[in-house]
Amino acid sequence: MICEYTKDNRELTIKFSGEIDHHTCDVIKVKSDYEIQKYMPKKVVFDFKDVKFMDSSGIGMLIGRYKQILRIGGQAEMVHTSKDIKRIFEMSGIFKIIPLREEASL
Amino acid sequence: MSDNEMKLEIKSKSSNEAFARVVVAAFASQLDPTIEELADIKTAVSEAVTNCIIHGYDGKEGTIHIHCRLEGRELEIEIIDYGKGIENIEIAKQPLYTSKPDLDRSGMGFTIMESFMDEMKVESIVGVGTKIKMRKEIGEAV
Ligand SMILES: Nc1ncnc2c1ncn2[C@@H]1O[C@H](COP(=O)(O)OP(=O)(O)OP(=O)(O)O)[C@@H](O)[C@H]1O
Ligand SMILES: [Mg+2]
Repeated sequence: MICEYTKDNRELTIKFSGEIDHHTCDVIKVKSDYEIQKYMPKKVVFDFKDVKFMDSSGIGMLIGRYKQILRIGGQAEMVHTSKDIKRIFEMSGIFKIIPLREEASL
Repeated sequence: MSDNEMKLEIKSKSSNEAFARVVVAAFASQLDPTIEELADIKTAVSEAVTNCIIHGYDGKEGTIHIHCRLEGRELEIEIIDYGKGIENIEIAKQPLYTSKPDLDRSGMGFTIMESFMDEMKVESIVGVGTKIKMRKEIGEAV
């Protein structure tokens, strides 16, 4: 998991890697919350490019982070969701609160 | 492909979630599944095993049994815990229903199992445990 913050637009990118499940979410949650509290970003971009596996734990983890982001008045977005991951997110309706950034606009 | 069977017993530790889904996927590989089918199986197993750990045993120690059978092109998976059980299965299965929203759960586990497998059945007795039975047909008929 790599976090990158750009000052000029106050954007925090959280790039996950490997597998997102109940086990790995423990560390992901602590690290993400720490970065969000540290930078107080205007926007958080969750990048799934290097994610090889995700189950429903990923949905709950994102909703939890989204609540943090809302509390500090920020916005959230996702990028690079594979077909498998997109299918899981679509089932849950989470794109309504954390929209998927279209590849073309990157 | 001749019929086959395997049984796996694991402790209810979260580090076993990845182990369990990889073992079942490896067992299913005998049927030459597509990458998509393998991803479906791994996700469904991960959901069921995670539920045993979080809900069945409430994070405490317990035993999880996984029983897989191959018959023709059909894979059958049973995932069993001997934990607290489910009071109302119909409510539990509803999309977005979770008894643990405080733990960042989304209530999508059963919905994912149902849609990624051909069939999913829940048997549960309060105070005794829960058994999830799933079936999936692998590959195209020749
Ligand atoms: N093995 C089990 N033992 C006891 N209760 C269970 C078990 N599996 C599921 N449940 C109950 O059914 C509910 C729904 O399960 P489901 O997997 O759909 O959602 P979740 O686990 O709460 O959230 P998510 O899977 O999205 O992280 C759970 O909240 C829990 O109350
Ligand atoms: Mg679940």
